[in-house]
Amino acid sequence: MSKSKAKGKTKTKRKSRKKKFERVDGRKADELRPVKIETGVIPNADGSAYIEMGRNKIIAGVYGPREMHPKRLSKPHRGVLRVRYHMAPFSVDPRRSPAPSRRDTEIGMVMTDALEPALFLERYPRSVIDVYVEIIQADGGTRCASVNAAAVALVDAGIPMKDLVASCAAGKMEDHIVLDLGDYEDKKGQADVPVAYMPKLEEVTLLQMDGILTTDETVEAVELAIEGCKQVYEVQREALKKKYGMDEEDAAEDAEETEELGEEPAESEEEDK
Amino acid sequence: MSNNIVSRLKRKKIEEVLEAGTRMDGRGLNDFREIEVRTNFLEKSEGSAEVRMGKTHVIVGVKAGLGTPFDDTPDEGVLMCNAEYTPVAHQTWEPGPPPHGAIELARVVDRGLRSAEILNMEDLGLVSGEKVYIVFVDLYVLNWDGNLIDACGLGALAALKGAEIPVFKVSKKNEVSETDKTQKLELRCEPIPITIYKIGKHFILDATADEEEVADGRLTVTLDENNNVTTLQKAGPVGFTVDEIKKCINIAEEKAAEIRSQSVASE
Repeated sequence: MSKSKAKGKTKTKRKSRKKKFERVDGRKADELRPVKIETGVIPNADGSAYIEMGRNKIIAGVYGPREMHPKRLSKPHRGVLRVRYHMAPFSVDPRRSPAPSRRDTEIGMVMTDALEPALFLERYPRSVIDVYVEIIQADGGTRCASVNAAAVALVDAGIPMKDLVASCAAGKMEDHIVLDLGDYEDKKGQADVPVAYMPKLEEVTLLQMDGILTTDETVEAVELAIEGCKQVYEVQREALKKKYGMDEEDAAEDAEETEELGEEPAESEEEDK
Repeated sequence: MSNNIVSRLKRKKIEEVLEAGTRMDGRGLNDFREIEVRTNFLEKSEGSAEVRMGKTHVIVGVKAGLGTPFDDTPDEGVLMCNAEYTPVAHQTWEPGPPPHGAIELARVVDRGLRSAEILNMEDLGLVSGEKVYIVFVDLYVLNWDGNLIDACGLGALAALKGAEIPVFKVSKKNEVSETDKTQKLELRCEPIPITIYKIGKHFILDATADEEEVADGRLTVTLDENNNVTTLQKAGPVGFTVDEIKKCINIAEEKAAEIRSQSVASE
């Protein structure tokens, strides 16, 4: 068995080509697309965020914690996080039906699992936190960009969190492991590995993959994606600082007592348990 | 994880037993239940497989026919997976639209097959932009006792492996007509999904319904016979550290090889 294993690995050996590798948009292999995040974009929502990640344009809104409808879905001992991922008909080419697809349902599920580890749902019995994500324009990696916007929107809604959740994909394109696949690389690439990560707790909360990678490449891609998540995390923090008016000095003073955004007290509470 | 009193007690007991290095049914942490695979036992489907893993029982049917290709791949055939949670399979399952679990099951098995490029889709094209083969893989759960992704993934592979699809003739005028011949589907690889369940700090394979109910999360790793990873799917409201992910991939690598030699090769 071990012999055939070795044979399989040589078959997909990487970087055999001498030709210089260039990405379609001229980025370096470990370079993110430009990321821009803005908070408080939907006045009616309890919290909201808008993200541009490359040409992705996505809005996330948070309502809750609030009473659960329908009631039978509520839980007596804890709150429920519900994430709806939805693409606008004009967000892709050709036009797509506005009816929810199986893909949307699955992405809603994995996003719920990505965000829930950062929340204290046991504090909200019988309640629901609704996260609505609308893809205005899609450009590859929408689920990652959506997680980024949703996490910031949850903070904007004043919901205590153990950590932010940052997300980014890595993948394989022309035999190279690259960060943050765009639309073209997503379709033509050999593999796509979306990851969401809680930078302080150092835990991966979303992990999917499709394509063909050796086990070593899979680990390499996950580790590269985590590096991307850490960069996104900084952009998320900047966006929140901008809205909540913490300049460097204030923040430094503040940090001595409690950390900003209510993350730190929440985290220490977790440790107490 | 449901948190009513019964499942909390269940969780406590299951964790206690895991702590001692064993399972409620006496298995080791990385042991599967006995796997039985039976193929081509149905006459009217192009391919079929029945998989039993302990009390988990699934049937996979393959049907092939003519259809129109997707706009962005006019020369390629279509492979489609669908999963059905039948109400006979468990007391809490009801008739109606597919629950989220069924949608995820179908999509994870589907991705395991398609991203591994199990079929050469261009071979399944007939008339560019108009007529192609569509191969449906329907996953039918008859009794649920956990670990459906692995059971259905194994069943889908076995059913496709034994499938014989009707041959269609294309005339010079691009007219497609039936023939009375059939041909085997040519599989390019053999992907098998292995799902690792996380309960506290323990990792187990082939979880039963009870174990699945109290588990914190799971990670499915699909591997082909060259140990290339073709699908990952993490689920459950819990995080995995990078070391845990590496550990899961290693466990899956070992187990996929073992199961492949046991159940797929023996047919």
